[in-house]
Amino acid sequence: MSQYKLSHLELLETEAIHVMREVAAEFERPTLMFSGGKDSIVMLRLAEKAFSPGKIPFPLLNVDTGHNFPELNEFRDRRAKELGAKLIVRTVEDALAKGIATQTPGELSRNRLQIPTLLAAIEEFQFDAALGGARRDEEKARAKERFFSFRDEFGQWEPKKQRPELWNIYNGRVQPGQNMRVFPISNWTEADIWEYIGQEKLDLPHIYFAHDREVVRRKGQWLPVNDLLPPKEGEEVKTLKVRVRTIGDIMTTGCIESDASEIKDILAEVASARVTERGGRADDKVSESSMEDRKREGYF
Amino acid sequence: MTDNTQLMRFTTAGSVDDGKSTLIGRLLHDSKSIFEDQWESLERSADLAGGSEVNLANLTDGLRSEREQGITIDVAYRYFATPRRKFIIADTPGHVQYTRNMVTGASTANMALVLIDARNGVVEQSKRHAYISSLLGIPHMTVCINKMDLVDYSEERFREIREQFYEFVPQLDIRDITFIPISALKGDNVVSESEHMPWYHGPTLLSHLEDVYIASDWNLKDFRMPVQYVIRPHTDEHHDYRGFSGQIIGGTIKVGDDIGVLPNGARSKVKSIITHKGPADYAFCPQSVSIELEHNIDISRGDTLTALDNLPYTTQDHDAHLCWMHEKGLQLGKKYLIKHGSRTTKVVFKELVNRIDVETLEEVNAPTELKLNDIGRVKFKTMSPLVYDAYKKNRYIGGFVIIDEASNDTVAAGMLRSPEKAQPVPDFTDYAI
Repeated sequence: MSQYKLSHLELLETEAIHVMREVAAEFERPTLMFSGGKDSIVMLRLAEKAFSPGKIPFPLLNVDTGHNFPELNEFRDRRAKELGAKLIVRTVEDALAKGIATQTPGELSRNRLQIPTLLAAIEEFQFDAALGGARRDEEKARAKERFFSFRDEFGQWEPKKQRPELWNIYNGRVQPGQNMRVFPISNWTEADIWEYIGQEKLDLPHIYFAHDREVVRRKGQWLPVNDLLPPKEGEEVKTLKVRVRTIGDIMTTGCIESDASEIKDILAEVASARVTERGGRADDKVSESSMEDRKREGYF
Repeated sequence: MTDNTQLMRFTTAGSVDDGKSTLIGRLLHDSKSIFEDQWESLERSADLAGGSEVNLANLTDGLRSEREQGITIDVAYRYFATPRRKFIIADTPGHVQYTRNMVTGASTANMALVLIDARNGVVEQSKRHAYISSLLGIPHMTVCINKMDLVDYSEERFREIREQFYEFVPQLDIRDITFIPISALKGDNVVSESEHMPWYHGPTLLSHLEDVYIASDWNLKDFRMPVQYVIRPHTDEHHDYRGFSGQIIGGTIKVGDDIGVLPNGARSKVKSIITHKGPADYAFCPQSVSIELEHNIDISRGDTLTALDNLPYTTQDHDAHLCWMHEKGLQLGKKYLIKHGSRTTKVVFKELVNRIDVETLEEVNAPTELKLNDIGRVKFKTMSPLVYDAYKKNRYIGGFVIIDEASNDTVAAGMLRSPEKAQPVPDFTDYAI
């Protein structure tokens, strides 16, 4: 009977494919959020498999904060082109100009500004479902979120009113104006993502691997030096061999010192890591509930 | 990790005092799955709360209202791995008012981990957890008799509690049960063997979690696949391809096999199979696949592909156990929606047969109502027929959810029993090409 066994990665894969097909079948206007980051790259591969030999039956959506790593945007555009997929990009810059989003004085990261931009994009295209690559092991508010995460007319998440999910049955019913955020890789861990990238030989933006970069030390993190983030007076700019473990806003995404140039090196690094993946993201550090608060407002 | 690493899901249930969080913390800590920043954040909240002890529940209680009230409200999913297996823990609150969360966590688990405080013995909560695990068809159960350090690691006490537990086991449907004496706090028999209990010769909890045979937890006998989505590429290369995609929730299938389509009663042969690895000769439960048939039959979402030699029930009248999950109780005669497999149809509840008192496990016949967190047996009729096997035979084809049509809330989950009336075998039509 050994030919009838699935490995842990195959089980996670089969679950994710099931969820994606459920979205394609039950929603009128779904979209897949694709940033070019590693989790969304895995999502894209799963979507390819779910609808093979057909095409992915929904467009890709990205909210460009204007603080995206340029390497990520290049990768995003190239990958969408290769797949012949429709890519929709909505920018925070534009949302600010239109008054959809408003900047708080002194606010460095544009993480929060993504929220109104995303909600406006959902409204513009009348998406009733947005597939995202969030994982439960990332953060403890996420650990309580469903695969099908219901959002009301204001895009809000209400953790106490979540729909129970049993077996492989998901309730995807929404009224006009409401929408569902759907997370097919909820049960994947950081190590699973890397193993899958290795197994599927997926192409990644090079910044995930060790490279030389100018960085400055700020609040215990190595931050990349760039036009948006010039070194402050008295700060020492160093060139170090670094990589990024997770990619967020370029202003707040810390780099880690690393020699990992191949997937197997990264897997070894992940296995021995002593801080969580998002430990390098200042946006999560504000308070114990910062992720919960952002999700309630409409963050994915 | 290798290709052979297996995934195992288990559920825990319990309240603040029975050592559940300590046990989970111990498993995560000793398998190096707690990170420094998580630990720092735990210490930070311990300082804020004015207590000196780090509360591991803060690791899983992710919502602010949970931390404020100091209780677990919802199911939390935790992940850890050993070189042999990856584990998903569905950590659920133990109180009776959270029965629905316990039921949710149990629905996909391979194993239930029931915790018993050695000082108190078998209490209502442990019975309730065991009962729900049995009702939800969790294949394996491990009873951890915890806090053995507080009863002098007494073998006699261990045996006594095991006897207490066996007394109500006949009321349950449990295939595999293991008892382990542990101290989560001191680490006895959790990850490493205890030096204090030389009389115990069984496995530690972790080695049991790694060893228990789970490959047969899926039904590999009766081929069933609810059609989820029809793939029609309309490209030059795949011009005529029409793939019925879905997750196989029972049995195996290979190219050339005869296949039936229910409820419409058509039959055909498997022409091709695509799995996550590409074109394949065969596929099996629980793979998500796409199947092409020899004949051009009208099949759409909601239909079920099935083996012909062993047919599921196809009926509109049903008998099931139901766990009510909404503040607004069940209303007889009202129209709800039922989602079963890939089919959503209307349903009306006709009769409340009984309600199970989850404190005493006694059945109350002909109850007048079924409220939030109540479990009971009901009879109902669906607008279109459902295609299923009894939940006991296969939980993925015997399970369903009930949705309120107006609010779209999921208000209940149910487990189908074999129908009372014998089913006529459908007259399958062979479609010529």
